[in-house]
Amino acid sequence: MLDPISIDYAALNLASLIPMIIIILGGLAILVIDLVKDNLSKSFYVMLSELFILLALGAAFGYHGGERGFFDAILIDGIAKLGEGIILIASALFIPLALTSKRFHEFSYPEFFALFLFMIAGFVFMVTSDNLILIFVGLETSSLALYTLIAMHNRQKSFEAAIKYFTMGAMAAGFFVFGILIIYALTGSVEIHKIEQVLIAKKFEPLAGVLLAVVFMLASLGFKLSMVPFQTWVPDVYEGASAALAGYMSIVPKIAGFVVAIRFFEIFVHAEIGWVQNILWITAVVTMTATNIMALVQESVKRMLAYSSISHAGFAMSAVLIGTTQSNSALFLYWILFTFTNLGAFTLLWISRHKQKGKWHSRYDHPYDKFSGMIKVMPVVAVIMGIFMLSLAGVPPFSLFWGKLYLMSSAVNSGYIWLALIMALNSAISVYYYLKLIVYMFLKEPVENDGTIYMKNASTALKTIIGFAAFMTLATTLFVSPLLDLITSFVKASGY
Amino acid sequence: MESLLTLLIFFPVIAGILGFMIEEKALRAYGIAVTAIEFLLSLLLWMMFDSSNPGYQFVEHVPLISDFGINYYLGIDGISLFLIILSTFMTMVAVIGLTTKNEIKNMIITLLILEMTMVGVFASLDVILFYIFWELSLVPMLYIIGAWGAKLRIYAAIKFFLYTFAGSLLMLVGILYMAYLHHQLTGVWSFAIPDWQALPIDFATQLWLFGAFFIGFAIKVPMFPFHTWLPYAHGQAPTIGSVILAAVLLKMGTYGFVRFSLPMFPDASVYFIMPIAVIAVIMVIYTAMIAYAQEDMKQVIAYSSISHMGIIVLGTFAMNSEGITGSLFLMISHGIVSGALFMLVGVIYDRTHTKMMDQFGGLASVMPRYATVFGIMLMASVGLPLTIGFVGEFLSLIGFYRISPVMTALAGTGIIIGAVYMLTLYKKSFFGEVTNPKNKELKDLTPQEITAFVPLVLLVVYLGIYPKPVLDPIDTSVKHMLANMEKKAVTEDAKNLFVQANSIKEAK
Repeated sequence: MLDPISIDYAALNLASLIPMIIIILGGLAILVIDLVKDNLSKSFYVMLSELFILLALGAAFGYHGGERGFFDAILIDGIAKLGEGIILIASALFIPLALTSKRFHEFSYPEFFALFLFMIAGFVFMVTSDNLILIFVGLETSSLALYTLIAMHNRQKSFEAAIKYFTMGAMAAGFFVFGILIIYALTGSVEIHKIEQVLIAKKFEPLAGVLLAVVFMLASLGFKLSMVPFQTWVPDVYEGASAALAGYMSIVPKIAGFVVAIRFFEIFVHAEIGWVQNILWITAVVTMTATNIMALVQESVKRMLAYSSISHAGFAMSAVLIGTTQSNSALFLYWILFTFTNLGAFTLLWISRHKQKGKWHSRYDHPYDKFSGMIKVMPVVAVIMGIFMLSLAGVPPFSLFWGKLYLMSSAVNSGYIWLALIMALNSAISVYYYLKLIVYMFLKEPVENDGTIYMKNASTALKTIIGFAAFMTLATTLFVSPLLDLITSFVKASGY
Repeated sequence: MESLLTLLIFFPVIAGILGFMIEEKALRAYGIAVTAIEFLLSLLLWMMFDSSNPGYQFVEHVPLISDFGINYYLGIDGISLFLIILSTFMTMVAVIGLTTKNEIKNMIITLLILEMTMVGVFASLDVILFYIFWELSLVPMLYIIGAWGAKLRIYAAIKFFLYTFAGSLLMLVGILYMAYLHHQLTGVWSFAIPDWQALPIDFATQLWLFGAFFIGFAIKVPMFPFHTWLPYAHGQAPTIGSVILAAVLLKMGTYGFVRFSLPMFPDASVYFIMPIAVIAVIMVIYTAMIAYAQEDMKQVIAYSSISHMGIIVLGTFAMNSEGITGSLFLMISHGIVSGALFMLVGVIYDRTHTKMMDQFGGLASVMPRYATVFGIMLMASVGLPLTIGFVGEFLSLIGFYRISPVMTALAGTGIIIGAVYMLTLYKKSFFGEVTNPKNKELKDLTPQEITAFVPLVLLVVYLGIYPKPVLDPIDTSVKHMLANMEKKAVTEDAKNLFVQANSIKEAK
């Protein structure tokens, strides 16, 4: 017979759950509304979801209670707040992308928006917990919702993408469970802070067990973060998903993964366990280098951006490896700046989406040729796209330069000179494929005389998002200082 | 006027943005007006500049990322003053002489953005700010080469971009390490150039930091063996692109040597004098020989540019005030002369659509005024006494003579070869009978072109005869810098060399 558990209601600190609860209630509300009244316009659901996300954002940033909550499973520290912030803001920017001028299958179902909200709740759980089981639940909730969202795009390619993502994701989930299992066997706990204490007490022995646990965790997080060699699904899935969703996938699931990776791997990095550092070093370097080289030969802009986003994930992973306060702050800075730029770039692909199949290429919607001479027919769009590409390449003073600068600086400051050099070289390689799009847009003769083809899918909402992303990319220099202060104070507060 | 430098940097770009509202046909006039105002502003800068003060003037300091030591920090001394004036002057002249007809709006706006980055590079005293302008200058140039260039323009533009971008990223690692070092030694984050120049660094660290910065600058100069992007870029670029590239963008690299490499790493600079001198001499002689073998007029001038940049590098590493002042003067004179030569080639290219020397011959009888201007510029390029080219070359070489007479003599032969290929070019194209009947009806210089060339010719002659107004402020700042370097040097070798490099002057 188990003893009856008696817990003080106040000690549960349910306030810490409010952001997630708001979002889940939002998802349920959408389902209920659909039951009561159908044929509501998609704009209604978009704005409803937007409101729930904004509410949750307000709740998350307004939370000033204790760090722990809900049987100590919830941990709201600085990086959790940062993670929540990025996830919710990126989601708030993404959801209006459904307001296209063309009709798309998926947005006619309210379930899309309900699933979307459930997915966000999953991600938020991932970042606000240091309980591996709860992280796993969050991971699976979000992943399952995401598979469905991809498939709802209702094209052959989307089904393929969803199935591929699902298969890979299922395997990753298996790895994650194995990882938890081994860790539990070793330490008798699934809570990261306790795991850390036990591992340190045991001096990270037995080696075989710890090694296995680290490898399983790295593999499963590697799938989520698209680390080489677990990156193979990325380009195909991005190709099959709608451009908007692909952009979303390149940002939000990864930041959730990074927060978990920081929580888990910093145990080893702070204890200076050499072999873990070596594994992470190799993973980060191979991820950024190999995919950079693969990106060089892509014919489709979307696939190129897919590879480029993997490479950026490799950059961010090196921050986990370095493991100082500065590097972890750099990771968040990098990812926030990357969010605006990448969202902008994918949204630009999204507005140029058209329904004539095989107009430019039998397979791709967005081959490079499509953008030939865009400066002559659609100068403003071409310039904005050019700015996004330069920013991704790390050309100053556009946004991502500051992220790269700070990240490389953190590498140099911790003695990882070679890593910094490799990052520099990778930036030099990557500029070639970003430049390729600029060359097509600015230096080639136009293929289309009618510029509106690039704006077929545009609506005021989409243009606003692009304008916002472009503004953030251009004006980074002005706000990077307070942003960095904010991030550093959060990261410092949570002890990383 | 405390904010004159900010005004100077951002005036062109604001004018450029406003330029979007202007009708296409009025844009050339607008471009001339804006660049002329910018040039007048830079002259105002010179007027208000205190030549007796060797330190930084017109300093502006606004924190950007204060915790990390990044500031909006501007200021100039005698070294950068004239490079700024050169930038504004050459942009103005190039816009006056602009003959491009298509997409002139994009061209002028791009040029104005480019002008901002050029002035910004020379006026920045914060390294990150410097780096921002340095990298940003690639983008408009990429567009100018790629959009208005010749047949292989895209290849040339990408090659130009990739080379310089890769080099400067390595420099960025050096910059970050330098900042780290500053933090280690002083406990403060700083990216300010004056702070860095005052930072004592041990010899081993200096060596590799020097290397990191050197690659970034050497690719830009361009030094052998990284020079291969330049002939392509020049060959494919439109006239105005070549003018700006040769006149100003290349000078960023040598400016980097003077501003960063020498004062921050004096011991490493001394240590590397000989290897660099060897590379510089190879640049001078080897590219001069290649220039002789060219049949395309523009390629001759492109290779001669590299050759002259070799002498500039040699002068820079002479470690005495003659050499460095001479090399800075040579940067300015080479900017004016090579810019003018590229414009002259552009003139004939506009008329005949060819740059091949064998298509010409006897041009002097058809286009006497053109031939005269070309002749003067050619003499200046060769380094004839009493032209602007002589002063800088002479001072650079006499400076390096104290370090190594042999190297100096070898570099001197490069000048002789220079005279050979330039005079051959002139002979083939301008003297003799008019061999190509098409050339009989060529028009001489138009009033517009004369307007562009007259100031250039006047400057070439005036500064050739009386270079003092330019030399003096440069010399003041250079001497100040050298004194600091001597104080900062840690190794015995470097100390001895400073004595050796500067002592003969006193004996004289």
